Amino acid sequence: MAAFVIRRVLAMGFVLFAVSVLVFLIFNVIPNGDPAARMAGKNVTPQVVEAIRVEWGFDKSLPVQYATTMQKLFTGDLVSYDNRVNVVDEIVRGIPRTFALTIGAAIIWLVAGVALGLFTAMRAGHWTDRLVTVLALVGISMPVFWLGALAAYYLGYKAGIFPNGGYSPISEDGLFSWVHHLLLPWVVLATLFIGVYSRVVRSTVLDTINDDYVRTARAKGLPERHVMTRHVLRNSLIPVVTLWGLDFGLAIGGGAILTETVFDLQGVGQYFAESIGRLDVPPVMAVTMFGAFFIVVFNTLVDIVYALLDPRIRLQ
Amino acid sequence: MATSDDPATTVPAPQGAVAARTEARIPAGTGPWRIAARRLRRNHVALGFGALFVVLVAVAMFAPLFAESIAKTGPNTNHLADTIEVDGETVNVVELDGVPIGPQFLAADGRFMLGADGNGRDVMVRLLYGARNSLFIGLTAAVITMVLAVTFGVLAGYFRGWTDAFISRALDILWAFPVLLLGVALGVSLSLGGLDLGFILIEGSSLWIPTLIIGVVGIVYLARPIRGQVLSLREKEFVEAARAQGAGDLRIMFSELLPNLVSTILVFVPVLVANAILLEAALSFLGAGVQPPDPSWGTMLADGIDLLITSPHLTIAPGLMLVLTVLSLNVFGDGVRDALDPRAKVRREP
Repeated sequence: MAAFVIRRVLAMGFVLFAVSVLVFLIFNVIPNGDPAARMAGKNVTPQVVEAIRVEWGFDKSLPVQYATTMQKLFTGDLVSYDNRVNVVDEIVRGIPRTFALTIGAAIIWLVAGVALGLFTAMRAGHWTDRLVTVLALVGISMPVFWLGALAAYYLGYKAGIFPNGGYSPISEDGLFSWVHHLLLPWVVLATLFIGVYSRVVRSTVLDTINDDYVRTARAKGLPERHVMTRHVLRNSLIPVVTLWGLDFGLAIGGGAILTETVFDLQGVGQYFAESIGRLDVPPVMAVTMFGAFFIVVFNTLVDIVYALLDPRIRLQ
Repeated sequence: MATSDDPATTVPAPQGAVAARTEARIPAGTGPWRIAARRLRRNHVALGFGALFVVLVAVAMFAPLFAESIAKTGPNTNHLADTIEVDGETVNVVELDGVPIGPQFLAADGRFMLGADGNGRDVMVRLLYGARNSLFIGLTAAVITMVLAVTFGVLAGYFRGWTDAFISRALDILWAFPVLLLGVALGVSLSLGGLDLGFILIEGSSLWIPTLIIGVVGIVYLARPIRGQVLSLREKEFVEAARAQGAGDLRIMFSELLPNLVSTILVFVPVLVANAILLEAALSFLGAGVQPPDPSWGTMLADGIDLLITSPHLTIAPGLMLVLTVLSLNVFGDGVRDALDPRAKVRREP
C-alpha cells in the first residue's frame, strides 16, 4: 500500500510539472509575434519595446524564462503584466470565495442527487420517475452561465428575492447575508451535477436492488427502510463517492469559473476570466496550476481510497 | 414474503429484465445490430428527440434563404440608425438610449421576428447563422475527437509497452488540465496570431480554432475506455486466429478490433456532440471561442447577458436553442446507449 501511495504521489508531481510546462508553452510559443510589442501597445519607439523586453526577461531563452516564472510563483513574487499586481495575493484573496461556492454546491449536489436517485429508483417506471429523469436531462443540457444569468435576473433583479450577484464575507455582514448571496450560485452550479448524480444513483440502486444479499436481507425479515439504507444504499454509494471526489476537484479547479463570473463572486475563476481578457499571462499560468493541483490531488485521493477499498487495484 | 403494501413488491425489475421480457419474441440468431435497431425503433421518445435534432440541423441549413427572402438582412449587418414599419407605425430598430427592439414575431413582415441586438442586428437571422456555426463546431469537433481518441486508444491498447506508457501519460496530463482553463488558454493564444501548421495557416478568427481545441480537449473521455476495451479484445481467440492466419498489426486493428469498438464509439457520439456544443458556448462566453462579429449561440449569449436587464430576449433565445439542441442529443444518446449497451458509463463535464 505504501508503495502504491508513493507511486501515485510521484506521478502527481510529474503531471503537475508537465501541466506547468504546457501552459508556459501555450502562451510563449503559440502566439505569433513579440510579447513585448504586444505589451507596449501601438505607436511606441523600438527603445520602449526593447526596455520592456529586458525588464520582463523576454530576451532570455525559454527554459530560463520558465524557471524564473516558476520560481516567482512558488516564492509568491509573481506579478501580473497588468498593473503589476501580485498574483499569489490575488489568488489567496479569491480562495475563500471559490471554496465557499464549490463546497456548498458540492454538498447540495451530493445530497440532492442521492435523494433524487433513490426516490426515482424506488419508483422506477412510475410517472414521478419519468418526470425526474426528464428534469435531470434538462439540467444536464443547460449551459451553467445561461441558467445563472437568468436566475440572477429573474429571482435577483426582478423579483428581488436574492441579491443581484456579489459576495458578502461572513466577517463583514454575518452568516445570513453570506448564505443569501451564495444560495443562487450554489443551486446553479449544483444543477448539472444533480442531474448526473441522480441518474448514476438510480442505475446503481436498480442494479443492487436485485442482488442476492438484498433478497437475503428481506428474507430474514428486516424492515424495508433498513434494507434500503444499510444494504442497498451503502453499496450503491461507492461509485457516487468516487465520482464526487473527482467532480469536486474539477469544480474547484476551473469548473466554477462560469458561475463565479455570472454572479460576480470575485473568486479565483473570475480572476482567471478577467486576466485572460487582458492577455495577462502570469495570473493565467498561476490559476491553471492552482486548478490542475486540485484536480490531480483529488484524483490521487480517490485512487488511494479506492485502493484501500479494493486491493486488486494496487497491483495495476 | 412481502405483503401487497410492502414497497418491495411495487419496485419493478430494472431495465435489463424489462428489455429481456420485450425481447422474448426476437427469433434466435438475430444479429446484435438488428436487436439494437429494433430496441431503438421502439424507443419513441429517443427517436422523437433524434428527429428534433435533424430538424434543427435542417433549419440551420436554410439560414441564408431565410435571411435573404424573409428577413432581408445578413447576420452581421447593423441597423443602428434604421427604422421598420410595425403595423403601419415607424419604429426605431435601436432606440436612442441604446435599447434594441424586442421580438416582433410576424408584425414586421418577418423582419426582426426575435427582435434586434445592441447593434441593431436581426436576432432571428443571427440565431440561424449561429446554429450553423455552433452545430458545425459541435459535429466537427466530435469527429476530430472520435478519430484521434480511437487512434490513440487502439495504438495504446494494442501495442502496450512504450506506446501505451507514452499515450497514457499524455492522457493523464490532459486529464489533469482543467478543461475550461485549457480551452480558454488555447483559444486566446491561438486567436492572437492564428495557427501556423507549416503547410496551412489557420486565421485567428477562423471557426477551425475553437473546433480543433474542443476536439482535442475531448480525447480523454473516449480514448481511455477504448484503450481498456482493446486491452481485453487483443487477448481474444479471434485475434489469435487472425494472427495465426498471418494477419499483420494493421489488419488486426482495422478488421478485427475496430468492428468490435463501433458500439462503444456510437454510444459516445451524441454525448460528444452535446458536450462540444456546450463547451463552444462556454468558450465563446469567455471570449475564447468564436470571434465576433461571427454569430454562434455562445457569442450571442455573451452579448445578450451584457444587455440582460433591458433586453432579456437576447439571452433567452440563443439559450433556448442551445438547451433544445443539447437536450435532443442527450435524450437520443440515452436511447442509443440503451439499445446498444445498457451498462455503458458516460462521463460528463461541468
